[in-house]
Amino acid sequence: MADKTVKAQMPGTFYRRPDPESDPYVNEGDSVSAGDTVGLIEVMKSFHEVKAEDDGTISKFLVENEEAVDAGQDIVELG
Amino acid sequence: MGIRVKSPGLLTTVQDTGRFGEYALGMPPSGAMDVFSYQVGNYLVGNEEGAASLEITYFGPELEFTEGAVIAVTGAEMPPKINGEEAPTWETLEVGEGDVLSFDYLKSGARSYLAVAGGIDVPLFMHSRSTYTLIGLGGHEGRALQEGDELKIGESRNGGGQVGKRVDDDHIPAYSRETELRVIIGLASYRLTEESMEEFLNTTWTVTPDADRVGYRYRGGELKFVEREQPAGAGSDPANVVDFGYPIGSIQVPGGVEPIVLMNDAVTGGGYATIGTVISADRDKLAQTKTNDKTRFRSVDLDEALKARKDRGEQMEEIKGSLT
Repeated sequence: MADKTVKAQMPGTFYRRPDPESDPYVNEGDSVSAGDTVGLIEVMKSFHEVKAEDDGTISKFLVENEEAVDAGQDIVELG
Repeated sequence: MGIRVKSPGLLTTVQDTGRFGEYALGMPPSGAMDVFSYQVGNYLVGNEEGAASLEITYFGPELEFTEGAVIAVTGAEMPPKINGEEAPTWETLEVGEGDVLSFDYLKSGARSYLAVAGGIDVPLFMHSRSTYTLIGLGGHEGRALQEGDELKIGESRNGGGQVGKRVDDDHIPAYSRETELRVIIGLASYRLTEESMEEFLNTTWTVTPDADRVGYRYRGGELKFVEREQPAGAGSDPANVVDFGYPIGSIQVPGGVEPIVLMNDAVTGGGYATIGTVISADRDKLAQTKTNDKTRFRSVDLDEALKARKDRGEQMEEIKGSLT
């Protein structure tokens, strides 16, 4: 049971890359600091960065690229 | 002074009943998408009808009151917090100078309304305070709120006497992830094949992430148009007709895929066949659906649509009577 997660602030479609040709923002095993971008959510014709609120290591992505997310849904598990 | 925007949320705009009567200029009405929640908010804080509120979409702002105020939050279930403590919705609340209103994650619905006794005091533009963001006019500087904005609050009539009043539970809507919307078939439904009209009404459509104040776009099926020779003045897409006016709530299907219900900020006319119109009483429900929710459309006649409008009006009068 991870104690920290990164949550979706808003409903929409989750993306792990800034654009289809780029590498993912982060991968499992990467360490992140509070404020780092871990993905994007697309809604109402614009893209919004999903940012980590804590420091930690990405232990798991709980949502696939291009999957629909709800507001408040856990997207990333931080170890 | 009145409200300082510490963080704006995703899309927070000043809205009132709308800028009606300017369709001939190509000006859509804008205004609150969920009229019911917006109006009831004004009843709660004792405002005149038409006072401007904040419409808060999907993710809430953080707002600091720089003077005492009487407020109410209605609409979507996006739990408000005052100085971090959860506060009730559909109820008149008092906040003091320095209090901060924030919101928890959206639980159901899509749009919350913040009514303030005295209304949000922005300049009138064409007899309305509603924001029309696409052309940057109306509301607060023609745009969604941004960090650091300061909003004035108008003169309150009787805000203080309203504190503690609450909408009866029977009148508080529950927002589901599956919604049925009633439609009047027309104006250009003759362009769809009979089978496709049936399919339109039998399909469970999914709201796409594009859905916004301009239009609600759906996916889930493909519709076919009756073959025809392209008339003079119409475009080449089978969904095209000679330009005409689009009613608010009308449904067009460019290319036969992804129906779009035109809403408060939509273009006022054009050359796509509109196959039906979502009735006014149900557009409040539509406004509380969100990306990935399911929607079905049910055909009704004009009598049922007018009755639904009358019933809603009576319900609102009853609520108003109980609060003032």
